[in-house]
Amino acid sequence: MSLNYLTPEFKVLRDYDRCINCKVCMRQCANEVHSYDEDLDKMIADDYKCVNCQRCVVMCPTHALTIIKHPQVFRENANWTYDAIRDIYRQAETGGVLLSAMGNDRPYPIYWDKMVINASQVTNPSIDPLREPMELKIFIGRKPDKIELDENLNVKTKMPPQLKLNFPIMFSAMSYGSISYNAHASLARAAKELGIYYNTGEGGLHKDFRKYGENTIVQVASGRFGVDREYLKTAAAVEIKIGQGAKPGIGGHLPGEKVSEDISETRMIPVGSDAISPAPHHDIYSIEDLSQLIYSLKEATDYKKPVGVKIAAVNNVAAIASGIARAGADYIAIDGFRGGTGAAPKRIRDNVGIPIEFAIASVDSRLRSEGIRHTISLVAAGSIRNSADIIKAIALGADAVYIGSAALIAIGCHMCQQCNTGKCNWGIATQDPNLVKRLNPEIGYKRLINLITAWGHEIQEMLGGMGINDIESLKGNRLMLRGIGMTQKELDILGILAAGE
Amino acid sequence: MKKVYAKEEVCVGCKLCEVYCITSHSKYKDVLKAYKLDSTRPAPRIIIEEERPISFSLQCRHCDDAPCVKACITGAMQKDPETGVVTCDTDKCVGCWTCVLVCSFGAIVRDLNNKIASKCDLCAETGEPACVKNCPNEALVFTEGGI
Amino acid sequence: MDIVIIGNSAAMVGAVEAIRKHDKTSNITVISDEKYHVYSRPLISYYLADTVTEEKMAYRSKDFYQKNNVKTILGTKAVSVDENKKTVILENGDLVKYDKLLIATGGKPFIPPIDGLDKKNIQTFIKLDEAKKLKSSIKPNSKAVIVGGGLIGFKAAEGLHALGADVTIVELADRILSTILDNESASIVTKRLLKDGIKIKVGTTIDKIVGEDYVKEVHLKNGEVLPTDILIFAIGVTPNTDVVKGTSIKINRGILVDRNMKTNVDDVYAAGDVAEGFDMLLNSNRVVPIWPNAYIQGETAGLNMIGIENTTNGIFPMNSIGYKDTYIITAGIINPPDESYDVMVKADLDKNTYKKIVLKENNIVGFILINDVDRAGIYTGLIREKIDVTPFRNQLLKDDFGYINFPKDLRKSKMLGQEVR
Repeated sequence: MSLNYLTPEFKVLRDYDRCINCKVCMRQCANEVHSYDEDLDKMIADDYKCVNCQRCVVMCPTHALTIIKHPQVFRENANWTYDAIRDIYRQAETGGVLLSAMGNDRPYPIYWDKMVINASQVTNPSIDPLREPMELKIFIGRKPDKIELDENLNVKTKMPPQLKLNFPIMFSAMSYGSISYNAHASLARAAKELGIYYNTGEGGLHKDFRKYGENTIVQVASGRFGVDREYLKTAAAVEIKIGQGAKPGIGGHLPGEKVSEDISETRMIPVGSDAISPAPHHDIYSIEDLSQLIYSLKEATDYKKPVGVKIAAVNNVAAIASGIARAGADYIAIDGFRGGTGAAPKRIRDNVGIPIEFAIASVDSRLRSEGIRHTISLVAAGSIRNSADIIKAIALGADAVYIGSAALIAIGCHMCQQCNTGKCNWGIATQDPNLVKRLNPEIGYKRLINLITAWGHEIQEMLGGMGINDIESLKGNRLMLRGIGMTQKELDILGILAAGE
Repeated sequence: MKKVYAKEEVCVGCKLCEVYCITSHSKYKDVLKAYKLDSTRPAPRIIIEEERPISFSLQCRHCDDAPCVKACITGAMQKDPETGVVTCDTDKCVGCWTCVLVCSFGAIVRDLNNKIASKCDLCAETGEPACVKNCPNEALVFTEGGI
Repeated sequence: MDIVIIGNSAAMVGAVEAIRKHDKTSNITVISDEKYHVYSRPLISYYLADTVTEEKMAYRSKDFYQKNNVKTILGTKAVSVDENKKTVILENGDLVKYDKLLIATGGKPFIPPIDGLDKKNIQTFIKLDEAKKLKSSIKPNSKAVIVGGGLIGFKAAEGLHALGADVTIVELADRILSTILDNESASIVTKRLLKDGIKIKVGTTIDKIVGEDYVKEVHLKNGEVLPTDILIFAIGVTPNTDVVKGTSIKINRGILVDRNMKTNVDDVYAAGDVAEGFDMLLNSNRVVPIWPNAYIQGETAGLNMIGIENTTNGIFPMNSIGYKDTYIITAGIINPPDESYDVMVKADLDKNTYKKIVLKENNIVGFILINDVDRAGIYTGLIREKIDVTPFRNQLLKDDFGYINFPKDLRKSKMLGQEVR
């Protein structure tokens, strides 16, 4: 074996004054960092294996553990950075594509943080959401060109199918396979309790979760895993997945070893076979082809369910979105370049796609200019981190947002970005039954409810501050935003004024 | 009566229940001190069974018709007629292990340091079993009538 | 109603506690030739070895009789029963009337008819008074000979050794503890006793006792002569049925009882070491003279005496016994009588551990555990509840065998709320 050039990324600091040799850290680390040395009568750690998931830190009953960035450095070099050198070592060692997980972590500008939100002062007074009604409910789906009422003021117009959301938030597509059964159980149950939706991703719908069908969006992706009539019928809406923010333009690959009995049944593929999602849908090479699939799915669901299309945010996103709207989709989900994933080639994750902030603004502007904005709902995805990001997304023109990473963080994800290893110590991005059980869905769903409820309160506060009492009134209301530290071009694309203007 | 029940589906096998059981029955009611200072640190009163991926902890079931109480040769093992809690009077216990012989749950631990039978007392002093309170995944519940 | 209990030990307590759970008013009278507050018989060897004080031998608290409203006639022997007049006759001539009678007179030690029994320092070892006597006559380096290497002899040896005596056990069988151990396990235990200098003579027994006033020598059948200061007979215990001799109450080895612990005579019950009750493993009646059994039989008798129908599922032998750091737990049938039984064994003679499980068809019917005794009760439970062990048979001998090896349904039904008797 030749020398491995990689040095540890993290260092495990153990306070031996506090360590009681209880071995909880050892039992909880799937990476086998901790071990007990009988000769030394001490717990010891192998820094090389640590991914800084912090499971041991949180579980240690005496708070004896701290994990720090390993102090080992290379000679300072602004060009040949630590990561750049390590990536070369890894590839020289393995000859393989570098894999990564969760979202793009490169230091690109975060435009959410360059936008600030307005508030009312004196005129158009602010509203106190604790005292006055404040509507967060929204509907996803095509809206009719006009509404006709009968003599009793009842709506006469036949409404296209709509999804009703109690909060302008949904849980993003994350497949069973990329995340665990218990993670799905948590998301599904929380969606039901909250009156929102979760998304199966492209891995099919586990039979145990059919009972959550009314709060489920099912995906039809290029692999068509798990798609049958019942799958479509069970769901509240169907989403055609064209692309995803973390890896625009490429497909997916769930290795055969992860295709367990349960996953095989859910995905409708043989146990142990690789689950390959091709880069394109092999029956979609044009907007017309897409339209055909949209209408096939509508036909299959008796035109009772919205059919949406999810794409990654890329250069011509506005034109593509226009095409999708005209192809008959009821909503379009746009996933920005920070969107998460269970596994993606690192170079693609870190270099392909555009920020969701620009994508939403330009799509909304384009659809408005074409007079078809009302024909389709717009869902923003790709690293929504808090309630302010949601306010900003909606003010830029989104109807609602998808949250993926944030939902996983709520149920324990510590952003160690090792989903692709399948050894998620928090029981989320793993199929190892030893690890899956660490996520108790009873706890998980409550934490998700807490998060969304908390964000709901914050959104109400911010809306009230702006003097707005209905989230619908914020949609595309870009006057409520101002930019800081952006170029004029960036401000123009976002359609907002600079702070102070 | 309220008893401790284990949900094996979400037991993570960390054995924190054991740590807190020891702590709760040590003279210091603090993890660090129980482990670092208590020279007569008690044995855990919990049995943890593990064969990955299944694991669970098992405590005395405080049986209605407790065989250990009937079999005890010294009268140390008693069931409180009011609370139903089965406890071992460690002053009387001589470590004959007849209770170990008859407990069909295997829930009585031999504390060989102190040569006494050690068993779950539901942390009667504090009112809430320490194992339940400190289970990080809510895999232990303290409730009436089973789960 | 007048309930009379002859005997003042485990079966009595089982009966009294069961009766008083339901019946606070009936009169209960306890008669015993021993003068003591109810104490734990098995503790006499601990008392002998000075690990337990007399005070701590109390099996129930000092207010037991008072709290349970029990009248006691202690230190007076019941000599006979008149089942027609429903009367117990005491040694002082007093008559005690009963409506319901429980005979719980326990066992009496067996002494073989040999020459020299009239010498001093010869005794048996089952009562507190005998332990006291032994304790007062033993001195460091006293030469103690124990005839009988069964449970009582074994515990007497431990106690006497602790007091510094030079102990020899004489056992007729080819091994000590022959009723509860097989050859392999007995050899582990023997090895441990020998290590402490306790001498063991097997395959022989006492022929005669030689001495003047005091015992001086014991001659064995094999010709050996053992210098002896104290001789203890621990050959065995037979049911103490004296009190019912000459009555119509049926006796086989012990007083025959049905599964309600009732004798063939109405209103007369028997429990504990004097009773010959149903053995669920032999599927026939048998005297099982062990403490837990006495309590359970007393409890059953007590309930039936006050009109609450209750049957025991039957009992079977089981013992937990030890010598210092050597622990022995056994139950049921440990030496299979014929080919219809299966035996599984795991032994590690370096670690002095031994695990033997005896199965009949799909059920465990007995086991021997030496040293590796933790969670032994799981096996006892499998015997008691006659659980089909087929699904986990090949795991029974595992070091950490437990509920995890049960089928999930069985495990959950046991652990998650459904209590099992």
